[in-house]
Amino acid sequence: MNGTSPGPAIESGGTATFFRLRLYVAGQTTRSLAAFSNLREICETHLAGRYEIEVIDLIEHPQLARGDEIVVVPTLVRRLPEPIRKLIGDLSDTERVLVGLQLVTTRAVSSDE
Amino acid sequence: MTESGLLAEVSVPSRLAKARTGIAGLDEVTDGGLPSGRTTLVCGGPGCGKTLMGMQFLVRGALEYGEPGVFVAFEESPAELAQNVGSLGWDLADLEARRLLAVDHVQISASDVIETGAWDLEGLFIRVGLAIDSVGAKRVVLDTVESLFGPLGNEIVLRAELRRLFRWLNDRGVTAIVTGERGDGTLTRHGLEEYVSDCVILLDHRVRDQVSTRRLRVVKYRGSHHGPDEYPFLIDRTGFSVLPVSSMGLSHGASAERVSTGVGELDRMLDGGGYYRGSSALISGTPGSGKTTLGARFLEAGCERGERGLMLAFEESPAQIVRNMASVGIDLGRWLEGGALRIVAARPDAYGLETHLARSYRAIEDHDPVNVVIDPLSGLNGEAYEIKATLSRLIDHLKSREITSVMTTLVTSQADKQSGLGISSVIDTWLDVSNLELEGERNRGINILKSRGMPHSNQVREFLITGAGVDIRDVYASEGAVLMGSAREDREARDRAAATARAADLGGKRRRLAYRRAAVDAQIAALAAQRDAETLELSSEIDSGELAERQIELDRGVRAAARGVVGDSGDGGEEVRS
Repeated sequence: MNGTSPGPAIESGGTATFFRLRLYVAGQTTRSLAAFSNLREICETHLAGRYEIEVIDLIEHPQLARGDEIVVVPTLVRRLPEPIRKLIGDLSDTERVLVGLQLVTTRAVSSDE
Repeated sequence: MTESGLLAEVSVPSRLAKARTGIAGLDEVTDGGLPSGRTTLVCGGPGCGKTLMGMQFLVRGALEYGEPGVFVAFEESPAELAQNVGSLGWDLADLEARRLLAVDHVQISASDVIETGAWDLEGLFIRVGLAIDSVGAKRVVLDTVESLFGPLGNEIVLRAELRRLFRWLNDRGVTAIVTGERGDGTLTRHGLEEYVSDCVILLDHRVRDQVSTRRLRVVKYRGSHHGPDEYPFLIDRTGFSVLPVSSMGLSHGASAERVSTGVGELDRMLDGGGYYRGSSALISGTPGSGKTTLGARFLEAGCERGERGLMLAFEESPAQIVRNMASVGIDLGRWLEGGALRIVAARPDAYGLETHLARSYRAIEDHDPVNVVIDPLSGLNGEAYEIKATLSRLIDHLKSREITSVMTTLVTSQADKQSGLGISSVIDTWLDVSNLELEGERNRGINILKSRGMPHSNQVREFLITGAGVDIRDVYASEGAVLMGSAREDREARDRAAATARAADLGGKRRRLAYRRAAVDAQIAALAAQRDAETLELSSEIDSGELAERQIELDRGVRAAARGVVGDSGDGGEEVRS
């Protein structure tokens, strides 16, 4: 469970919100690693400087699965901003990850500009 | 056929290990329980009792077989679950506190799930594994794992994962129950039966004629013998129970011991002893002919001997039965209070036939009676073949427990009587009570239609119910007619009168003879007295005569001496001279 973040979270702009994300995986599997790198990439692209990722390995901390109602791995939980949202899978479908994290509007604005 | 038998034997060399469910009847139907260390699928429609069966499997396992369990609830929250089974007296919180049970609520809602790529169910595996480890579980219930199919859209992945899950459970060595909702034309909506191949149990809850019946069937059980039929089951305040009907063989023993019917004269009609212990008797009769009374008397007599009794009543309430029987001198209330007797009553239309019988089984299990009365069988509704099949099962069950049973049945026509509800073949003793109309009266007649294994009376006897109880009398057979009631009493009175007259006549003769004898004796005595008197008189006369004679003789001698006549000594010379 290495708390991983790209450095101190910086809010870029007054309106931009901070994202606190938690990624549940089960062991250092290829799928776990893929999910983590996919997430890092998306965050760097869309949330640079205003996100925090916490990775929880359920093999090491099985008791934590109950708290966030984890059934499927990998599961990404968006703890902030509220409300909590859950995404399952290895996050390879970037489009759906962006929809799931409700970053689509941000992306739409940026593409319009 | 012998070949396949041999093959079967070879392929199943050792007996399959089984985990007892602790559910009444189910262990019999499954020949010992669920396959140990394997997964059993329990499927059925909504509200059929899947959850309850699973929970009972865990609770009994924890409390009776030392096997802690894990309940994974996909639908109900732990609070709902605890509440639902709390009414059955199971305290889940207590079991959890004692580390005999772990409950995990796995919920996943469709709104939660945004699929972004490849996934697996490892999260579930980890949770179940953690729960198993936390209590050292030997039993696991997943209820209902199919709930995952809604939110998790990728069915192909989910199926593969479920297959892996069941295999994993087997590897963990736990005995598992997986529940599934019945599908349209399939056992489960999502075809779970494809993955669970060891044992499949189907629960069914159907309503016919506005009456519901629950049934259970073991669809398959790999490597094990199991009952092939649909068995009714009950869900009541003590939980889930299946009719134990494994005793379908005719292997029950035959006791030579006899059990009194409670009516002395009826015992005499039955070879002097009554019913055989563990046999089944049927009392058929027209309305009001005293069937219930005979049944109640049988139970009362049993209680008096210290034998527990059970009455399954389908027509009257217990209070009504007690009151009515008290009016004919049968005191059931006393035994009810003492606990030796129990009356279980239910309206015939309150449940389906099989539910009634399941309740009967339950009552028999609970009360453990020696004698049982079912009053009346004819109250039960259902198709004739169903009645026959289920009653045969019930009778088999009673026999296997060596319970002596008396069942009553109402007959209203000759056709009814002949059919005997189609169960006469499983009945050992059949008494028929009928009302006979004769000379403006209805009287009860009783006769024995059959009684296996004993010589018995072939006569119609009169059956009396009075305030003092039940009595059976000889009837008068005269000029081809049978006399009963006041006709019989009439005849009896006339006979008594005739007998009295005959007795009086004889007495007179005897008295006359005595007088005569006395008179003659008196005459004889008088004559004897007269004879004695005369004898006395005459003999005294004779005596005095003899005395006088001797005196004369003596006097003559004296005189001769005085005259000097010497006889031999010279006296004679003088006499000659004079």
